[in-house]
Amino acid sequence: MTRSRILSRLTPYLFLIVPLVIYLIWIIGPTFYTFYLSLTDWDGLSTPNFIGWRNYLKLFRDPVFYTSLKNNLKWVVSFITIPVAAGLALAMALNRNIPGEKIIKASLYSPMVLSLVVGGLMWSWMYHPASGLINSMLRLVGLDVLAQGWLSDKNLVMWAIIIVAIWRQVGYVMVLYLAGLQSIDPSLVDASKVDGASGWQTFQHVIFPLLAPVTVIVVVVSIIDSLRAFDLVSVMTRGGPYNSSSVLANFMYIEAFNNYKMGYGAAIATILFLISLVFIFIYLWRILQTEMEY
Amino acid sequence: MTAKKFFSSPRRVLGYAALVMVTILWLVPVFSALITAFRTNDDILLNGFWSLPRQLGLASFKDAWDRGGLSRYLPNSFIITLPALILTLFLSSLSAYALARFRFRGNRLIFFLYVGGMMLPFQVLMLPVFRLTDALGLYDTYWGLIAFHTAFQLGFCTFLLRNYMRTVPGEILEAARIDGCGEFRAWWQIMMPLTLPAIAAVATLEFTWIFNDYLWAIVLLRSDKLKPVTAGLAALQGQYVMDWTVITAGALLASVPTVLVFIFLQRYFIEGLTLGATK
Repeated sequence: MTRSRILSRLTPYLFLIVPLVIYLIWIIGPTFYTFYLSLTDWDGLSTPNFIGWRNYLKLFRDPVFYTSLKNNLKWVVSFITIPVAAGLALAMALNRNIPGEKIIKASLYSPMVLSLVVGGLMWSWMYHPASGLINSMLRLVGLDVLAQGWLSDKNLVMWAIIIVAIWRQVGYVMVLYLAGLQSIDPSLVDASKVDGASGWQTFQHVIFPLLAPVTVIVVVVSIIDSLRAFDLVSVMTRGGPYNSSSVLANFMYIEAFNNYKMGYGAAIATILFLISLVFIFIYLWRILQTEMEY
Repeated sequence: MTAKKFFSSPRRVLGYAALVMVTILWLVPVFSALITAFRTNDDILLNGFWSLPRQLGLASFKDAWDRGGLSRYLPNSFIITLPALILTLFLSSLSAYALARFRFRGNRLIFFLYVGGMMLPFQVLMLPVFRLTDALGLYDTYWGLIAFHTAFQLGFCTFLLRNYMRTVPGEILEAARIDGCGEFRAWWQIMMPLTLPAIAAVATLEFTWIFNDYLWAIVLLRSDKLKPVTAGLAALQGQYVMDWTVITAGALLASVPTVLVFIFLQRYFIEGLTLGATK
């Protein structure tokens, strides 16, 4: 092989070497290292000792783990239903020129631009038991009985937080569906109308099936986002009262960084990772399919 | 369509009314914060949220800025966000070019590593990254946080830029190569200018994401004087637990940079989101 051929074969690796090495060291490597740490009793200071599966055995007997798991499940189920339906409905409504379209869209997108910390604080204030907007409003119209300690009632708190996440997610789903709607061939919609289909029938049998690829991505991304949920819980309740709003990400953070049980935290992280992995693979598989179409 | 034609049927009018209701409902949290931040705490506690303000003023904003520390936290956010943004865009445009332009062993595997990595739950990275920054002497410095953001955002940026670069016709680059143009020059002088729309979209999104990060700021920083505005606000909440006028004022001030970016670059922001999910 001539010198220039070797050089041209090396070219892609020359472009890749710096970013890829950084990525392997900071992102890919740590994923495996966390699994190793989960088999140790590391406390953040001393050298980790190997203790086998003990962290996992302890985890599977920990009631907070099951509370967190259940809360993540509530989050996932809410996320793949409400924002998806609302985002799709809004996208359908806004997929034509209507008066004030720009202002309406910008308002619905706006929560995405605010940080979760800001969103969490704004809503914490709305939920404030004595002076917040919601309870004040209820008392003003004489519905005192409905005024609640939204973030202090252990049956309500998780839903109160999930509402904030939904408030933020709807705009995102809407963006994706609007892009999907734009890529639909209008002649297909026209053809179905010529055939006498009603608006709802056209949606059900033509538009919605054509949006299937978008729906798959939206659902997968929503699930992964729900498993990542941390900021809102951390800012609004820190998982309280009595762990009733704990989610896996928050549970892991508290065990590792507040209780210095880093090995135990690593075990929680590993479980969270394994659950996510299923959906990461679905996502990759989807991408592989679109790659094949090239 | 004219407004008159649009509102031709009662169903349309009803639908539109519902849409406007939803829009207003969506802005309620922001209104609630705005109404609060300009009032005084005593006024709200004594007269209730739904009372006419006795006086309006900027005192809460001044409090959040000076005593609350936003005058430090906000610049910190920029000190962390801007270098991370530039580094990650630069590095990911290199890897995206390699993956989009060349056929070689491991191309798809590397691409999938980037895409898979961008979807990882952060908790699985937290402890090793914490240990790594500690070992490198970067714990509790701006650079630790900058390094992590740069590395993590490589996944999404590479994914998006690589997809975009694949749509650039190969003939352009082929012609340049025949003219004796080296690959690095082809990347910088031909591919990069053609990729600018995608880079603008990614940059807008990434600015917002890195600026709004909270988790990594509390994991990799301890000193109050280094904290970005997200972590600063959370600290402010602990400090002013009884005074929501200051907290809401702080939250509003903290949002000014990303809101401005959104107002001026909304098109790129939305483009970035769609490019990321529909390819």
